[in-house]
Amino acid sequence: MLEISLFYIAATVALVATILAMTRANAIHALIYLIVSLLAVAVIFFLIGAPFAAALEIVIYAGAIMVLFVFVIMMLNLGEEGDAREKQWLSPAVWAGPTLLAVILFAELLYIISSVEGPVSTAQVTAKQVGLTLFGPYVLAVEIASMLLLAGLVGSYHLGRRALDRNIDEADARALFTSNSNSESNAGRGEQ
Amino acid sequence: MDGLNIPLSHILLVSSLLFAVGMLGLMMRRNIIFILMSLEVMLNSTALAFVAAGAHWGQPDGQIVFMLILSVAAAEVAVGLGLVLQIQRRFKSLDMDNANRMQG
Repeated sequence: MLEISLFYIAATVALVATILAMTRANAIHALIYLIVSLLAVAVIFFLIGAPFAAALEIVIYAGAIMVLFVFVIMMLNLGEEGDAREKQWLSPAVWAGPTLLAVILFAELLYIISSVEGPVSTAQVTAKQVGLTLFGPYVLAVEIASMLLLAGLVGSYHLGRRALDRNIDEADARALFTSNSNSESNAGRGEQ
Repeated sequence: MDGLNIPLSHILLVSSLLFAVGMLGLMMRRNIIFILMSLEVMLNSTALAFVAAGAHWGQPDGQIVFMLILSVAAAEVAVGLGLVLQIQRRFKSLDMDNANRMQG
């Protein structure tokens, strides 16, 4: 009985944390609520017999991806006026329509889900089974995922590199130019 | 964890609620960082549905799809946050309504 109540507690925490994350004005506060939500989902994974998925959820989702968000929010340096603008955008007139549409779609999903029966299996699916299946029948999917990650790496490098270069150009182009030309002429003399 | 009998429909209910909340956030926010966070929530909820279905039949396939969703989410966030930096630099704002026109 205890484990079942653990599931319901984790599900409630995940839902409340997600709703709070979606309605915060400050991006960092929203991000912390989102991390709590992901940790609660990891607890659910562990309870339904998927410990490997739970570990991946914590390490990659709550760890790596959320740290990426934190870094970008720190680089943007939004500040107080960003919070004020977000609060202005979050007026009831803005979210009433989307809420109605989301509730309608959720009601449809609820109707479909109500026909599903049977409990989740109590047996654990171990990391060994997952690995054997991943590198057996699903080895092509691993290749596709690796190509996708390579594309993401190249794309984000391209986008981020141009942003950094232009920022430097706009901010202190003259100072950099003079220091560069000095260092280049010095280097030229050194080579000669 | 023996003797645990969570109904599959309850897990799918949680998953669809998370999906609905994520979609609600996607529709009502205008800040591109919150839009990316909502996309993460939606991807995560579908991953929960896959893992629950895999656990229902005692097969590892659900967790494999979860790992594929994880790699999709990682690539999407990397490219999306690169775009966030570009949009902030170009429009001096994170409002998605500023970025409604492509150059071409």
